[in-house]
Amino acid sequence: MSEYILHDKDRISVGVVEKNYFTFAEPPREMALESGARLGPVVLAYETYGTLAPDRRNAVLVLHALSGDSHVAGYYASEDEKPGWWDCMVGPGKGIDTDKFFVICANVIGSCMGSTGPSSINPATGRAYGLDFPVVTIGDMVTAQKALVDHLGIDRLLCVIGGSIGGMQVLEWCVRYPERVAAAIPLATTMRHSALAIAFNEVARQSIMADPNWNHGDYYEGAKPSLGLAVARMIGHITYLSDESMRLKFGRRLQDKSDFSFNFDADFQVESYLRYQGRKFVDRFDANSFLYITKAADYFDLGKQHGGGSAVKALSKARARFLVISFTSDWLYPTYQAREIVKALKKNGRDVSFCEIEAEWGHDAFLIPGERLPMLIRGFLERVHPLGSE
Amino acid sequence: MRYDLQIIASWIEPGSKVIDLGCGEGDLLQHLISQKGVQGTGIELNEEKVARCIEKGLSVLQGDINEEVHDYPEGRFDYVILSQTLQQVYQPDELIRAMLRIGRKGIVSFPNFSHWQIRLQLLFSGYAPVSRQLPYQWFDTPNIRVITLKDFRKFVHDVGLRVLREAAIDTHTQDRYGSIVEWFPNLRATYGIFMIGGSEGT
Repeated sequence: MSEYILHDKDRISVGVVEKNYFTFAEPPREMALESGARLGPVVLAYETYGTLAPDRRNAVLVLHALSGDSHVAGYYASEDEKPGWWDCMVGPGKGIDTDKFFVICANVIGSCMGSTGPSSINPATGRAYGLDFPVVTIGDMVTAQKALVDHLGIDRLLCVIGGSIGGMQVLEWCVRYPERVAAAIPLATTMRHSALAIAFNEVARQSIMADPNWNHGDYYEGAKPSLGLAVARMIGHITYLSDESMRLKFGRRLQDKSDFSFNFDADFQVESYLRYQGRKFVDRFDANSFLYITKAADYFDLGKQHGGGSAVKALSKARARFLVISFTSDWLYPTYQAREIVKALKKNGRDVSFCEIEAEWGHDAFLIPGERLPMLIRGFLERVHPLGSE
Repeated sequence: MRYDLQIIASWIEPGSKVIDLGCGEGDLLQHLISQKGVQGTGIELNEEKVARCIEKGLSVLQGDINEEVHDYPEGRFDYVILSQTLQQVYQPDELIRAMLRIGRKGIVSFPNFSHWQIRLQLLFSGYAPVSRQLPYQWFDTPNIRVITLKDFRKFVHDVGLRVLREAAIDTHTQDRYGSIVEWFPNLRATYGIFMIGGSEGT
């Protein structure tokens, strides 16, 4: 996703921010995971922007996607090359206005951007967890976030918002802690992965596990499975774009040459782009975290987990007002999957708005600076009453 | 706000639950929420219009009314509004039944095809009538049906429903002003507005 992050064109920003850490579930009071395993202590890296109102009713929790982190907006230092991953949406006067709202984002457990994950030190061994790290679910990620929200003294979130895997967490929040959420904005997301989405994740995981350096997840003291992770990222990138966006962005144009090289170098721009994205990703992301988070996304099934197989029953628990958004060219989580969410909410008589935004950029559209999405989010948030719609 | 929408608004009890099928940019919904304290929601096909509604803070779904009308629980709304859209609906009987399943009362408005000017146009010019209310040529009209006040009244009776209230009005398409037509409405009204309910409904 980092390829879209640009300095705000009008230089509007939350400014310099810092990453905080919250530690909980210290043994012997470890966190009980959905798998039955226990995890502790758990560290969550998180950031906040804006000011918490005296009545603590203006908190907006942002939930990030696969490769995201807690750094939603602003800069760690004024000389940073790039701001946070959703700087176009979060800031003074932006879609999620930090002059009005207290915005929180925590890195998910299982990740590698400051929260506890497979690359963290296992207190039992003094070495990185590797595959000893328990498999975590979207539900576990949300349970951990709830511990942070409790710690911050917020008993009711004004809104939970996120795209893709972040959108799954939005849905999970709404049924797991219905009384804690006044409004919800799931973007470009689904109640469960299609076979297509699982298939792409599996190919990406296979690519990591086929790298000899992966060594069954035990590589933290030697060479990393960089080639495997890079290919995994390349596969991901294809699914985040669309036929149309790739046609416009690359077509069949060649990279720095006028004719084919008649070898296996990167001839086409699209090849060169994917190789670059793969290489860049390896520097900042952990291969095992990629395995764990994609698995959590594949396991996610809101209806199965919370409604005995019925999405309608699962969402009957929700109390929030909803704004569901999909994008026309998103083929990873196509509009029909967003409509399933809308349908289940309607059957429960919930207050739901839905818009399918015209966008050529595929699944990644929610990350790309534009007019429409911030306007929708701003309008929706203005109407949300902190005490809910009931 | 359009005159026909003003009439519709005047029929709606304060504090009721309302859905507007084909709500456009949400003028009626916004009016009903601010003036009558209703709980309102809408369905609209056009992305741009849906976005306008959501930006205003309205609760609106993007979709086809013929499909989206089905997923609500029975009796979810007090009023289901279908304003100036009936003439474009492929299966009016199905839609109207669905409206009265999800709501207690339906409110339907449409341009009156038996207005004297339309009758005279066809009689004297021989061309398919084009009026300010139905401003299209036969080849570019989105309106697949022509309806008169009498037709609609008969239709409601034939499908076993009841007309609870009706108004014949004389106004232009987007006009804020108009008047109720008392005499010879089928001849003189440009639009008809009907409130309908189930056979033994309230």
